[in-house]
Amino acid sequence: MIPLSHFLALAAVLFSLSVAGIFINRKNLILLLMCIELMLLSVSMNFVAFSHFLGDMSGQVFVFFILTVAAAESAIGLAILVVLFRLRQSIDVEDINTLKG
Amino acid sequence: MEAAVFYVVAGLLVAAAVGVITVRNPVYAALLLVFAFFNSAILWLLLEAEFLAIVLVLVYVGAVMVLFLFVVMMLDINTAKVHDKFLRYAPFGFVLALVVVAEILYAVWAKQGGFATTANPPAAGPGYSNTEELGTLLYTAYIYPFEIASVILLAAIIAAITLTMRRRPGLRQQDITEQVSTRREDRVRLVKMAAEPKAAIGKEEGGA
Repeated sequence: MIPLSHFLALAAVLFSLSVAGIFINRKNLILLLMCIELMLLSVSMNFVAFSHFLGDMSGQVFVFFILTVAAAESAIGLAILVVLFRLRQSIDVEDINTLKG
Repeated sequence: MEAAVFYVVAGLLVAAAVGVITVRNPVYAALLLVFAFFNSAILWLLLEAEFLAIVLVLVYVGAVMVLFLFVVMMLDINTAKVHDKFLRYAPFGFVLALVVVAEILYAVWAKQGGFATTANPPAAGPGYSNTEELGTLLYTAYIYPFEIASVILLAAIIAAITLTMRRRPGLRQQDITEQVSTRREDRVRLVKMAAEPKAAIGKEEGGA
């Protein structure tokens, strides 16, 4: 049988890969959104693993809500992306400097 | 057997994640992300979360990633230009990733004594239904969060439609305010004119 720590390690590797992805893909906003999806997936995997090993179904309910919010987030993110591309003809993160943040 | 499935699928999952963050073409990145979602669905099946595994495939692969692919193919992005600063942030990103993974692994292994007490639970019996368990919890203890989640989805639908809807010029549509506020004087014009003999009218019509 697989111990809990192996699932946690896998989720940690996935999470850090998506953090690295956010730093690498500074030129493409779509890839940033994909990295966020990957991050949410690794967090969900932690929830499911703990839910299984502790025998508590509430963890899976939380994953359900994470999936809901992630779907809403990606829909709005892609809508903003489409509008941005219409305005600027670019989805480069470095071109998004209107707010001087 | 189960361990073999876990290690193979986990390896494929990590490989797919590496592919997602390094590949040049966003279409390949989206397809690799689909592959990663499939692999994690298999892992969730190992963890006896069958309903969530199915939902992951249906919602993510069926809806969200198709949306991503639509957007990727709709936008005309110059992929050669997109990656020319690839290496500028790569070292920092990888160092940060290594630090993050080292920290989490240290926390996991330092707690190893604590996690060792959470031994593998016995496998569920043949009459066990994960969907039923989840549904029971979702419709009793978590009914308000469940309803809030539906409101969030509704808000997302409305936001996405309002953001991407654009008014085309020259689009014909009703203006109800103008229709209702029309008065008789704007439309009907009474012309006073002298009566004419019938022969004159007939002649004019024939001429025209």
